[in-house]
Amino acid sequence: MTEAHPVAATFLKNAVAKGAKLIVVDPRRHKLVDFADLHVPIKVGSDIAFLNALMQVLITENLYDKQFVEMHTQGFDELKKKVMKYPPERAAKISGISADMIIKTARLLASVKPAMLCYTLGITEHTCGRNNVVSTANLQMLLGNMGVECGGVNPLRGQNNVQGACDMGALPNVFPGYQPVINPEARAKFEKAWNVENLPDKNGLMIPQMMDGLVNGSVKGFYIFGENLANTEPDIKKVEHELASAKFLVCQDIFMTETTRFADVVFPAAAWSENNGTFTNSERRVNRVRTASPAPGAAKPNWWIFKQIAKRMGHSWDSDSGREIWDNEISPLAPALFGIKYKRIEKDGLQWPCPTQDHPGTGFMHKDGQFTQGLGLFTAVDWTPPAEVPDQKYPFVLSTGRRLTHYHTRTQTGRCEGFNDILGEETADISFADAKKMGIRQGEMIKVSSRRGEVLVKANITSEVPQGLVWMAFHFREACANWLTNPAFDPFTLTAEYKACAVRIDK
Amino acid sequence: MTEHLMINGRETAFRSGQTILEVAMANQIPIPTICYLKGTAPSGRCGICVVEIDGLNELVLSCSTIADSSMKIKTESKRVIKERKTIIAKFLSSGNHNCAIAGLSGQEWSDFQLKVSQADSAQDLCPAWGDCRLQDLAYQYQVEADSCKPDRISDSPELRMELKMELKNPLIVRDFSRCIMCGRCVQACNEVQVNLAINLDESLYKIVTKGDKALIDSNCVFCGECVQACPVGALVEKKSRYIWRPWKTEKIRTTCPYCGVGCQQLLHVQDEKIVKITGVEDAEPNKGRLCVKGRFGYDFIYSKERLDTPLIKEKDGFREASWDKALDLVADKFTKIIEKHGPDALAGVSCARSINEDSYQMQKLFRAVFKTNNIDHCART
Repeated sequence: MTEAHPVAATFLKNAVAKGAKLIVVDPRRHKLVDFADLHVPIKVGSDIAFLNALMQVLITENLYDKQFVEMHTQGFDELKKKVMKYPPERAAKISGISADMIIKTARLLASVKPAMLCYTLGITEHTCGRNNVVSTANLQMLLGNMGVECGGVNPLRGQNNVQGACDMGALPNVFPGYQPVINPEARAKFEKAWNVENLPDKNGLMIPQMMDGLVNGSVKGFYIFGENLANTEPDIKKVEHELASAKFLVCQDIFMTETTRFADVVFPAAAWSENNGTFTNSERRVNRVRTASPAPGAAKPNWWIFKQIAKRMGHSWDSDSGREIWDNEISPLAPALFGIKYKRIEKDGLQWPCPTQDHPGTGFMHKDGQFTQGLGLFTAVDWTPPAEVPDQKYPFVLSTGRRLTHYHTRTQTGRCEGFNDILGEETADISFADAKKMGIRQGEMIKVSSRRGEVLVKANITSEVPQGLVWMAFHFREACANWLTNPAFDPFTLTAEYKACAVRIDK
Repeated sequence: MTEHLMINGRETAFRSGQTILEVAMANQIPIPTICYLKGTAPSGRCGICVVEIDGLNELVLSCSTIADSSMKIKTESKRVIKERKTIIAKFLSSGNHNCAIAGLSGQEWSDFQLKVSQADSAQDLCPAWGDCRLQDLAYQYQVEADSCKPDRISDSPELRMELKMELKNPLIVRDFSRCIMCGRCVQACNEVQVNLAINLDESLYKIVTKGDKALIDSNCVFCGECVQACPVGALVEKKSRYIWRPWKTEKIRTTCPYCGVGCQQLLHVQDEKIVKITGVEDAEPNKGRLCVKGRFGYDFIYSKERLDTPLIKEKDGFREASWDKALDLVADKFTKIIEKHGPDALAGVSCARSINEDSYQMQKLFRAVFKTNNIDHCART
């Protein structure tokens, strides 16, 4: 958190200074652990076993919130049946921690109310990512930590506007405001608003399916807006083969990237400070973005480019600024955003749901235990191991993430003066124990390889990483972790398992 | 509970537990501060916030004295003003603060600036000129620079690292000659950001990292909270130094483009260019705080490598094209693909870094114009 969401982490550290309890569940002993009451170093990919065991202890020791469970949830019996199969002793074996530590964690959790659960991609970037998320919700409902301020399940979003891109319906199954495309009423509503007929009635493709489509020929034209897929997707060799297979590829970006190499047409876009618009943060807060300087040369706002293509294909769109698009289209069409208008967010933003123009916004969800669907649904799930686990040939687990000083593929931070001086190259972070065993010195070049590729990278020997783990980021092309990562996907979300694959180290 | 006390002869409401300074701030009664940093424990180091309380011989620090309904407070009495002038003069004489204020002879100022320039390899005014708490107070209280005896600077016993600068760091310049040891940076680092990188070393009369190393060699994470907290020119942004001048800039509020926290920033814009970024104090959600990327990661915008024209690929590489040509080509290709293979032969990926309005427009293009739901973005990857 101090690396990927540094400012949010400062508030957490402030809370600890004021006496809040902090439990860090993470295979790595990273900086936040210095502030924690308890560090639970579970093995990569063992989350559900651990969480189920916590719930087993809470139920067995009668430490859960019975009133909340009875009044506001359903499915408790199935959950109980499931988690009873995960006594601490069993989970301890899977998670690589002691049964005592699991019991201690459960008791500590039950002793504080409310408790807030935050997670990031360590939960979602697994083949069991959806089940991991469901398990965190199970735990918080069991503890009665839902529907209160400073409680809940809080996914810290990775990009500035990943929340907003979802809210806007840049997803294959929903219109803006999460209105399903398979719902005829939703389609009728948008047909009327957009003055079109026959909006498509089945869910579209998710990114990995699109990439497959490039190779099998079902996708002929591909439009990539502001993404450097060639570095960010798992298994770069595979991704580049897919991109190279595209019959017609359009890229829209602010720089040439590893991805634009494959493009047939590249549109130059206005960047962050060259736009008037909004971002929506992890708290669902819609904040204003303002123009500070003009875009270079002929570069244009992205919304303008889309509008021009629509025009050439026979559609004339009225809105002609960020403000007009938001106030006249997005806000009226998405009920949760109906009350948010530019004039209301000149200063601090507003958190959706904000259904009316005098609504103050919603700081936390499910107030008084009123879930969106009525009762909160416990979903009992089993632990499943990562798709690729260490073996004799590839004895290490590779897990990946971000480092503080750079952002993703460094197209931006790599071009900011001073940043490469602070962090100029990728490293493979390994434990002292493994370094000693293999005779690796600090800073020595090592070869890290998986079934998909190999990189030469400097070894960084650190106490942050436990034995058996290699940790890398994807900021630098040459030693990008995605040459190695496994394109195995969660069956529901098609999120890739960036957090776990098997690698070997050679000197 | 609301109570009342007297400030400058006027009955003033306060809540029990508030300090005198907090009461004054809440009632728009100005009391100058230097070391006071909102949200941290008052250190009382600078002493500038003194006030007089009827019946007390000693002046008290308003930042660390709890208000009481029996108090009759004067915030600008003669004694208070005299004490503040003494403090300001002491600070002015403690280092390189000779910012050409009234009363100083030209000769001495030139000598002084020459020395500074040599150390700094720059000919410019102090980088904090016009945005310096000490300079403001020197004007406000008319503390003449004569009283700070510039000739003392070279032999000032406190100033062991006279005119020394730490220029080797990326992003942040530390100029110890301008440090007044108010401790705000230390509180910003340790109490606000809790990065625990710097401390006050009274014996060295210096702000130090562990082992007194340069920031780049320490555990500093370059969030720059210390720079934002520095009331003088001791800590400045390397990229903004000598470029940013407060009287030339327009401040534009916006939202950080990096992670999902959504920090509120003030862009300091000069000649249509961002020259510095600070956090918006008291704004949700970041309350003035930023990280290294939010504070310093803006100049990619002005990279010479920015794409500034549409490009169309030909056999031997990309060729520059007009918007009309590039847009016509794309619309034509997409139309033909739809005609021949159906709308689901098109697919698109939107951008989770760009504004909502862009993502809305792109999904609208795919759904309403192309007639496919093959639109996604990196939320899942």
